Amino acid sequence: MKSKSIILALAATLATSTAAYAEQMTIVSWGGAYQASQKNAYTDPYMEMNPDIEVVWDESSNEAVAKLRAMNEAGNVTWDLVDVVAADAMRLCDEGLAMEYDPDELLAPAPDGTPASEDFGDLIVSDCFIPQIVYSTTAAYRPDLLPEGAPEPESICAMFDTETYPGKRSLEKRPINNMEWALICDGVAKEDVYDVLETEEGQDRAFAKLDTIKDDVIWWSAAAEPPQLLADGEIVMGSSYNGRWFSAIVEEDQPFKMLWDAQVFDLDGWIIPAGLPEDRLAMVKDFVKFATDTQRLADQAAYISYGPARNSSAPLVGKHAELGVEMGPHMPTAPENSENVFVYNYEWWADYRDDLDAKFQSWLVQ
Amino acid sequence: MSDTTSNTAEKLTTSDGKPLKASFAKALRRQKMRALILIAPLLLFVLISFAAPIVDMLFRSVQNEIVPETLPRTVTALESWDPASGELPDEFVFAAQRDDLIIAAERKQHTRLGSRLNYEMTGMSSLFRKTGRRVDDFGEIFTEQFEDLNGAWVEPATWVSLMASEDWIAAQTEWASADDDTVAEPAFEVSEAAKEALPRTAEIYAGFANVIQTEDEDSPTEEEPWNPVYAALYGDLIANPDAAANYSGATAELLATAAAAVPDFEATTAREEFIDADEDWGSLDVWQTLYRFKGPYTAGYYLAALDAQMTADGIEMVPEDQRIYLLLFMRTLVLSVVITFSCLILGYPIAFLLSHLPLRSANLLMILVLLPFWTSLLVRTSAWKVLLQQQGVINDILVFIGLVSDDGRLALINNATGTVIAMTHILLPFMILPLYSVMKTISPTYVRAAKSLGATDWTAFWRIYFPQTVPGIGAGAVLVFILSIGYYITPELVGGTSGIFISNRIAYHISSSLNWGLAAALGTLLLVVVLLCFVIYDKLVGIDNVKLG
Repeated sequence: MKSKSIILALAATLATSTAAYAEQMTIVSWGGAYQASQKNAYTDPYMEMNPDIEVVWDESSNEAVAKLRAMNEAGNVTWDLVDVVAADAMRLCDEGLAMEYDPDELLAPAPDGTPASEDFGDLIVSDCFIPQIVYSTTAAYRPDLLPEGAPEPESICAMFDTETYPGKRSLEKRPINNMEWALICDGVAKEDVYDVLETEEGQDRAFAKLDTIKDDVIWWSAAAEPPQLLADGEIVMGSSYNGRWFSAIVEEDQPFKMLWDAQVFDLDGWIIPAGLPEDRLAMVKDFVKFATDTQRLADQAAYISYGPARNSSAPLVGKHAELGVEMGPHMPTAPENSENVFVYNYEWWADYRDDLDAKFQSWLVQ
Repeated sequence: MSDTTSNTAEKLTTSDGKPLKASFAKALRRQKMRALILIAPLLLFVLISFAAPIVDMLFRSVQNEIVPETLPRTVTALESWDPASGELPDEFVFAAQRDDLIIAAERKQHTRLGSRLNYEMTGMSSLFRKTGRRVDDFGEIFTEQFEDLNGAWVEPATWVSLMASEDWIAAQTEWASADDDTVAEPAFEVSEAAKEALPRTAEIYAGFANVIQTEDEDSPTEEEPWNPVYAALYGDLIANPDAAANYSGATAELLATAAAAVPDFEATTAREEFIDADEDWGSLDVWQTLYRFKGPYTAGYYLAALDAQMTADGIEMVPEDQRIYLLLFMRTLVLSVVITFSCLILGYPIAFLLSHLPLRSANLLMILVLLPFWTSLLVRTSAWKVLLQQQGVINDILVFIGLVSDDGRLALINNATGTVIAMTHILLPFMILPLYSVMKTISPTYVRAAKSLGATDWTAFWRIYFPQTVPGIGAGAVLVFILSIGYYITPELVGGTSGIFISNRIAYHISSSLNWGLAAALGTLLLVVVLLCFVIYDKLVGIDNVKLG
C-alpha cells in the first residue's frame, strides 16, 4: 500500500511539474544591460498581464546558431524565442532552423494602422527575422589621455594614426569591421570597400594598413572589455557597441567621448525556432506580438541607447527611465550621429568569413 | 592434454559427479557475471554519457556525408566524369545536379552544403545560396510548352495517374475517403512502368512527391509538379519516344502526343541554366572541388588542421599567410612545458616546506595553497588582469621603486607572459599536492644516515632525498602538462594574440564558425599529441614511477 501511495505521489508531482513546464517560456538573449532593457520593456509587463506564464532566460545568444543546430540534431529544441543578430538570423533561416513568418499576421500594426511590414520596412532582412533594434559598432576615446596639443579625433582613421594619438587601442578580434575600416583609412571609397576586399591585393592592402598598428592593439572578444580598458587608462581609444559606450558615459559617468564616424550599423531581433509544438508556438506568437509593438520598442529605448526598429517608435523615444537623460541624441540613428554610417555586407561576409578569418587569425599570431 | 590422458578414476569430482575443474570454472564464470551485472549500470553510464559522445564527435572529423546525402544523383553522375579532362561535366551531370538542388532547396539543405564546401573553396556558399533561389525556375520553358500542348499537363491528377503505382492509388483513395486528419497520407510510390519508361522523370517526381508530403504536409494529388520535372520529362521523351507503350488509358495518349511534339520544342540545357544563374558553374574548379569531396568520408578536415589542403594537383600546404594550426600546436606544447617547469620550480620548495613543518603550521599553509584552488577560475584570471595591466598594481610598484620608467611600463598581460603567469598560478596546486603527498612518505632517516656518513647538505638532498621525490615530480608534471595543454579560458582572457592555445581555436570552431569537422580534427590531433607525450614520458621516466601519494 505504502509503495503504491508513493508512486501515486510521484506521478502527481510529475504531472504538476509538466503542467508548470507548459507555462514556461524560454527566451534566449545576450545578458547584461541589453537583456535588462528587454526585461524592463517587455517581459515584466507581459508577465504582469499573464501571471500564469513564467519567462526563463538563457544567456547564450552569442552561441545561438551552434546550440540550435545541436538541439535540432538531437531532436529536442528547448528554446522558445531567440534573440540574434541579423547575420545569424539569416543563417538559421537558410538552414530551416528558424521559422518563416508573415510580418502582417504575426506583428502588431503601428498605432496609425500602418501594417508591420511597412513599419519595419527594409529592416526585415530575412523571412525569419523579427527586428527589434538598430545598434552600431563605433569608436570612443578619452580626451584627457590625448597628448597635449593633439586635436580631438574626428574620424575613424585616428585609430590608425599612432603618431598623433600614441598609445594602445582596442579592436574586436575578428576581421569584420576592422578590414573595412582599414581600407577606408587607406583611401578606399566606402562604396568600393567590398569590391576591393574581394581581391587578393585588396586584402593584402587592408592587412598592411592594420600592420601599422598591430603592436598597439589590444584585441577584444567581449564588448564589455573596451569600456573597461578605457576606464583603466590602458587604451586611448577603442571600438565597441554604442550601447556599451552609452552606459559607460551616461550611467557610469566616464570621461569618454564617442566618435560615431564610420559607425557600422547592424540589427538585432528575434527568431522563433522552427518546429515548435502548437501550444508553445501560440504562446510565443502572443508574446512576440506584444513585445514588438510600437510602444514596447519605444519603451526599450528608455533603458538602452539602441534605436527601435519600427519607424513609428522613433517619435515615442523619450528619456532614460532612471536618469532622465533625453535618449534621442544617443541613438546611432540620430541624424547628427549617422552622418557617416557604414552598413556592412552580410552576403559578402557569409562567403568570405571562413577564408578571411583564417587569414586574419594567422596574421594575428604571426 | 593431461586431462584426456589421465585416468578417470583419479579425476577429482564434486559430490554430484561433475569434474571439479569444470564445476570450478562454472562457479568462477558465474561470479564474474555477477560482478559484471553489478557494475553494468556504471559501465553503461560511462559508455553512453562519456565514450559515445566523444567517439561521435571524433567521427565528425572525417564525416562528409552531407555531400552524398544532399546531392545523391550528382555524386553518382560525377563518377562518369574525368576531372583531369579539362572539360566541364556533360549535360547528364548538370541535369542530375538540377534535380538534387531543387529537392535540397525545398528542404533547406543546400545552404548547409554550401557552407561545408566553402571550407574547401571560397565562394561555394554564395554559389549554392544564389542557385538555390533560382533553381525552381529551371525548366520553366518546358512547363509552358507542355501546357500549351495540352492543359492536362498542369493537372496534378495527370501526373499521379502517370507516375503512381496502383497500390498507392488504392491506398490513397481509401485514406481520402476515411477523411481522418490524424492519419498522414500514405507515402508516395512510383509505378514500375514509369520507372522503366521515364526513368529520370520518375526519379525527380518521386523526390517531388516526397518533399510535398514530408515538408509541406500536402498531397501530390493537389500540387502541380516543379518545373524541373517537366525538364526531366522532356529529356526522357527525347531519349525514348516510345515511352507511351508502357501505359494504358488516357495518359498513354497524352504521352504519345507529347513524344511526337517534343522534337519541335524550344529547348534549353540544364548546363545553360546553371551557368546563366551563376557563371561560376562554368568554372572547372567548382566541379573539381565537388568531385574531390563527393565521398562520404574526407581527409579534408585533417589536412586543414595540419595547414594543408587538397587541390587538383594533390595535397599541398596552404599559403604561408594562412598557416596557423601547426604554429598553435607548437606554441601550446612549448608554453605548456614552460608552465610545467615554472610550477615545478615554485611548487617544489613549498611542498618541501609543507612536509617538514610541524603539523599545525603545515595545515595552515595547506589552507593557503588550497584557498585559491577553491576560488573560481574566472575570478583568479580577472584578478591577474587587474594586477598585470600596464596601469596595474605591479607596474605601478615597479615604477614607484624605480625599476622601470613611467613610459617603459612592462607588457605583462595580453601576451604569452600573461598566459604563463596566470596559468602557473592556477595550476600550482596540482603540482604541490602530489609532491607533498610523496614527500610526506619519505622517511627522514635516510637523509640523517647520509649526513652521518659525511655527506654535505646538498649531497644528502641531491643524492638521497631528491631521487625519492621523482615519482611526485612525475605525477605533478604529467598532471600540470596535460591540464595546461587543454586549457582555453585563461589563455583566451589573458593571452592576447601571442598567448592563445590550440584549444582556443577549437572552441572558436565549435561555437562561432560552426566548423565542427575541423574542431573535431583539431581535437583528435590534440588527443594524439597528449597520448604521444604520455608514451614518451613512459619511455623516459616510466609511468610506474608516478605516485599520487
